[in-house]
Amino acid sequence: MNSFKYTPATEAASAVQSVSANPSAKFLAGGTNLIDLMKEYVERPNELVDITRLNLAQIKSTGGSLSIGALAKNTDTANHPLVRQNYPLLTQAILAGASAQLRNMATNGGNLMQRTRCQYFYDIAMPCNKREPGTGCGALEGLNRIHAIFGYSDKCVATYPGDMATALYALDASVRIRKPDGRDRVVPVREFHRLPGEAPEKDNVLQHGELIVAIDLPKNNFAAKSYYLKVRDRASYAFALVSVAAALETSGNNIRQARIVLGGVAHKPWRSDEAENALVGKPANEETFRQAAEIALKDAKPLKHNGYKVELGKRAIVLALKRAMNGGAGKEA
Amino acid sequence: MKDEFDGELNEELSADEKILLSDFQELTELGDKRRKFLGQAAAGGIGIFALQLLAREQALAALEPAGGAVFAPAAEENAVAVKLQINGVEKTLNLDSRVSLLDALRERMALTGTKKGCDQGQCGACTVIVDGRRVLSCLTLTAACDGKKVTTVEGLANGEELHPMQAAFIKHDGFQCGYCTPGQLCSAVALLQEAKNGEASHVTANLRTNARNLKLSDEEIRERMSGNICRCGAYPGIVAAIREVHAGRETAQTWRFAGEEEIAALNLEGKSDELV
Amino acid sequence: MARYIGKEMSRVDGVAKVTGKAKYAAEFQVPGIAYGFIVQSTIGKGTIKSIDTAEASRAPGVIRIYTHENAPKPAPPKSAELKPQTNSQERDKSFRALQTNRIFFNMQPIALVLAETFEQARYAARLVKASYAEEKPMTDMEAELKSAFMPNPQRAPKPRGNPSEAFQTAAVKIEAEYTIPVEHHNPMEPHGAIAFWENEKLTIFDKTQGVYTVRTHLATSFGIPEENVSVVSPFVGGAFGSSLRPNYYPWLASMAAREIKRPVKLVYTRQQMYTGHGYRPQTWQKVALGADKNGKLTSIIHEAANNSSTFEDYSDNTTNFPRSIYACPNVDSPQKIVKTDMSTPCAMRAPGAVSGMFALECAMDELAYSLKIDPLELRLINYADVHPDSGKAFSSKALRECYHLAAEKFGWKNRKLEPRSMRDGRMLVGWGMATGVWGAFQQPASVKITLRADGTAYVASGTSDIGPGTYTVITLIAAEYLGLPAEKVKFELGDTKFPRAPVQGGSFTTASVGTAVYESAQNIRQKLLDLAGKEANSPLKAAKIDEVEFADGKLQIKNEPARSISVSEIMRRNNLTELTDIHEAKPSPERNKYATGAHGAQFVEVKVDPDLGIVRVTRVVEATACGRIMNPKTSHSQEIGGIVWGIGMALTEATEIDHRYGRIMNPNLQHYHVPVNADVLEVETMFVEEDDKIVNPLGIKGMGELGMVGIPAAIANAVFHATGKRVRDLPITPEKLL
Ligand SMILES: Cc1cc2nc3c(=O)[nH]c(=O)nc-3n(C[C@H](O)[C@H](O)[C@H](O)COP(=O)(O)OP(=O)(O)OC[C@H]3O[C@@H](n4cnc5c(N)ncnc54)[C@H](O)[C@@H]3O)c2cc1C
Ligand code: SF4
Ligand code: FES
Ligand code: FES
Repeated sequence: MNSFKYTPATEAASAVQSVSANPSAKFLAGGTNLIDLMKEYVERPNELVDITRLNLAQIKSTGGSLSIGALAKNTDTANHPLVRQNYPLLTQAILAGASAQLRNMATNGGNLMQRTRCQYFYDIAMPCNKREPGTGCGALEGLNRIHAIFGYSDKCVATYPGDMATALYALDASVRIRKPDGRDRVVPVREFHRLPGEAPEKDNVLQHGELIVAIDLPKNNFAAKSYYLKVRDRASYAFALVSVAAALETSGNNIRQARIVLGGVAHKPWRSDEAENALVGKPANEETFRQAAEIALKDAKPLKHNGYKVELGKRAIVLALKRAMNGGAGKEA
Repeated sequence: MKDEFDGELNEELSADEKILLSDFQELTELGDKRRKFLGQAAAGGIGIFALQLLAREQALAALEPAGGAVFAPAAEENAVAVKLQINGVEKTLNLDSRVSLLDALRERMALTGTKKGCDQGQCGACTVIVDGRRVLSCLTLTAACDGKKVTTVEGLANGEELHPMQAAFIKHDGFQCGYCTPGQLCSAVALLQEAKNGEASHVTANLRTNARNLKLSDEEIRERMSGNICRCGAYPGIVAAIREVHAGRETAQTWRFAGEEEIAALNLEGKSDELV
Repeated sequence: MARYIGKEMSRVDGVAKVTGKAKYAAEFQVPGIAYGFIVQSTIGKGTIKSIDTAEASRAPGVIRIYTHENAPKPAPPKSAELKPQTNSQERDKSFRALQTNRIFFNMQPIALVLAETFEQARYAARLVKASYAEEKPMTDMEAELKSAFMPNPQRAPKPRGNPSEAFQTAAVKIEAEYTIPVEHHNPMEPHGAIAFWENEKLTIFDKTQGVYTVRTHLATSFGIPEENVSVVSPFVGGAFGSSLRPNYYPWLASMAAREIKRPVKLVYTRQQMYTGHGYRPQTWQKVALGADKNGKLTSIIHEAANNSSTFEDYSDNTTNFPRSIYACPNVDSPQKIVKTDMSTPCAMRAPGAVSGMFALECAMDELAYSLKIDPLELRLINYADVHPDSGKAFSSKALRECYHLAAEKFGWKNRKLEPRSMRDGRMLVGWGMATGVWGAFQQPASVKITLRADGTAYVASGTSDIGPGTYTVITLIAAEYLGLPAEKVKFELGDTKFPRAPVQGGSFTTASVGTAVYESAQNIRQKLLDLAGKEANSPLKAAKIDEVEFADGKLQIKNEPARSISVSEIMRRNNLTELTDIHEAKPSPERNKYATGAHGAQFVEVKVDPDLGIVRVTRVVEATACGRIMNPKTSHSQEIGGIVWGIGMALTEATEIDHRYGRIMNPNLQHYHVPVNADVLEVETMFVEEDDKIVNPLGIKGMGELGMVGIPAAIANAVFHATGKRVRDLPITPEKLL
């Protein structure tokens, strides 16, 4: 870890200014991703602007929708009565991630921003275009069991590893961003993370100096029928091999609206409009779910070691939809 | 340094050591309830480890730098001043902005109870309680702790009385090598409060309604403790200890000897295996 | 009637551990410490062309940087200096850091940075730049199986009977290959040391399973007398075999401390642990079993190969234990190694046995299915009542009882043989079983006991306690045989100032050190009896040693408490304040007349998600027969720990190597998955006690490794029962069951 200047911030405006003034500065939130990567010498900022004391941790409802502060901790977000009541999918997704200690530290903004867990990205002795553009992608022909099956390029096959964002994609959230000029812009979360393309070093559309201030959740009718399913290598405290955020709105046994988002399969949570559309107007049964799952995975292009994600993804979707139908309690009807 | 430190108790104890020793004597004479908790703990053995090690360190403290010792010019870069409370004691530190809370405790304040297992947030050994919540000290910058209250394993006991969780860990043998234990304990103590607050976990069935004072099942305890890895595999003991403190009820043991009658009942003598 | 032995005792070091007062190696407060940080190679094979430390040297706080260009050389080994018992003597060909420009494995140490603070050392380490002449590393053992060779053909066990012919003609046969990846110990405490010199005397606080081994290693490395090296290791945060050998850092730390004339602290990062000590080697096995129609084994051909480094031949002895399990007249068990460009493997909990029994016990399950015989019954049909190689009787072997009791407890009789025949809702339920085996070893070990007139005792031995509870068990054995309350006994270990004891490994510590304590207590009793018996009117006059015992601070005729003298009285009359005995216990020659071993049976229930391929071990019942149980509380924890390890080995653990670079790609705890709390559900352990006075006077066998041995096979067998899929390649991750 290189030496850095520690700058505590008390005002969002000054925090944004400090970071935009210094191309090598970074915001410090919970630190659970940034400090780790700095120890590994993957991230090397020369200044950290501590934003944890900014007044951006509230969770409040604003005319039907819910605004979640970027600096609210994952634990507090997951347990907020309004979140649990109206967006249990988000609660489930957050609680499926990391550990209690980490969720107590991690902020919502930092969680959206978390970087890939690709082994080559973490190891500075290895080639990695995301870390050092132009050095090549170690995973492309290497160990890629945990890598992408969708949307990758020959420059990078990494996945976005987060759970929370996968639910946010299903919930049509948007990200409220404070620009260096002091004004806010709002980006739908689906457009927040990027695909690697030719520039895998850019995870998302946030510009240097821009500060995430809140995540907005619109009102929806999914609360009664949603489920977050996470498949991992051990029972807890592990990243997803594949995860699914599933949500349904039904009338009678008929599907009115559906959400299917896969986690752990691409450089961003992978939402399938086509599969969602295939569900709308259909009866909620296994047959329909299977068809949707087939559609959701039909364009998957597995790498050498991750072919299993295609079949696993399909099965996970069916199961998640069944559990959503059953009220999201972790058992299928 | 006196070479023939032979492990016997040092007759000439410093004031600090005397306090420590008396602490441990007290520990051995806990109230009735606690004594029961500890079962057959060999009381005399309890404090000696700390004392011996303390005596050894005291001898080391007198170690003079050797002639010709090589030092680099002093150079604290980007130093920050931090005031924080550790186990109830105000501390003012002036340190390199890079120093994690974990390294500040272990390397700069001689509070080595908090352990470093991975330094990457992947094991939980470094768990401490900051402002009432369990966090990982390896990923916490000390600089960011200005004005905060930190509780480490050294601060769990109430004076000479073990925290019930500490006593329960001993009773249920919730550790072997003991290295993950401080983190497990801080985690477990914070978990009790989380259950009171009604915080949910990944395995909580009913998420949509908030209720306080949760009664945690074993499944809940296991999930909530999964951020603390124990390579010795003491998990069942850890769960039993937490269950007992959380529920306030004694927990039955899960090991046993095969009784003589049981073995006799097998009637293996002269029995041909092919017929079994 | 034993007062302590066989009764539950909480750990005597428990309070020290739960209050954070227990000190592990890197935690001693030594003034003026300098911090070391290791720089590792980024290639897997080749030579260092140049190494540039200029920028790093200029970084703030840097004291000095060592590379192969300026690091002192260790003294040439003088084998005559090596004492017998040190266990590591002829094996101390261990890797030495910074001695050559040659790169033997990826992440090999190539420099050591010393700085005033940890943060400064870590940063400067990033600035050290090496350039290499790179060669292609070979780390894929399975690709090079054809190069496998027998390291010690003359020492390999000879085939029994004529296995290949018997296999050809067998009525029923199965043949299958099994593979196990590299696995790492990952104790929670990273390896580390603090070293300092006072003139020519070296003191090192080290994480080790054997203080004497480290002492010999360092004394020979620096060419100084052993007495000048003091190794201290009172607490060890787990090791599981990874600290049996000295590893390369104690020398590095000591060398640096000597050069800069300051105490040096050097601790591995988690990543550095992956090449900073050994690992369970990658293992390939092929098992061919032949049997008659009734299930009687007629042939076992069990081949194994494991990887080693290019500079040492490490054999995991995979097939040794398995060949003694079943009464089969025709057995061959060749054991080979393959050289790879990796660091040298080492013993990892239940080395060889757990890998070998995984293959053999899965193969037995496969055979049971070919024969349509219940897997437990197949084991009983082939039960070995005498050691099948030597024909010797076992000193004790309650394996049959273990099988029956555990099966009963588990409810095995309700099992349906058919795979996929049991369900719990959507989940597939599978029941599997396997056999566990380990030795009942004993090594020479010494202790010192001082019994004082004030009714206290001091016991010391240079053994260690990496977690099994040695502090506690030795305290209780001493209390038992000195007739004192346990709280009056103080036991110390982990220091070369205490009498020599072997490394803590192979599950022989309690048998070795416990026997020494027992015998030494006997010596003390004899001395006191001699003193007491001198006096004309002594109640113990003419009593023989076997007729007297210690009780409540008195020496008394057994069962005649009236005929007694208090120990303090004897000492007072002889003007003594204490009596000391230093004693070495050796395994008795009687042992050679018998076969010895510890055994167990494990029964496992898994539930497999048929859609997602996720396996959960929902229930384990394990019965073990490992002699007499000294402290059921800590013994139980040992068995549970073994089960947890077995779960990890079966389902989650694998060290992943990118063979293009010969580099380990998951050297951490986020991608190397050791089981977490939520992975461990219902676990029940049971001891079938054996009364075995042949292994040693107290009847102690080891258990630390035993508890793990059958578990991976039992889980794999249960997975087959649940799913109908035979996974022969560990770990059984979800994708293998889709
Ligand atoms: C061992 C381990 C296991 C984990 N497992 C999981 C898991 O299973 N699932 C999962 O989803 N996550 C997991 N995580 C990741 C964890 O959730 C993230 O590290 C965490 O959410 C990041 O939040 P933070 O506040 O700590 O971010 P920081 O580390 O403080 O910041 C991360 C990045 O975001 C930037 N940043 C932070 N806040 C803002 C803001 N408001 N505006 C603009 N930029 C900002 C920072 O500059 C930095 O670059 C795991 C982490 C660890 C260490
Ligand atoms: S997948 Fe992306 S992050 Fe991983 S090595 Fe390739 S470029 Fe780097
Ligand atoms: S040391 Fe902090 S989580 Fe491992
Ligand atoms: S007690 Fe050793 S790691 Fe938990």
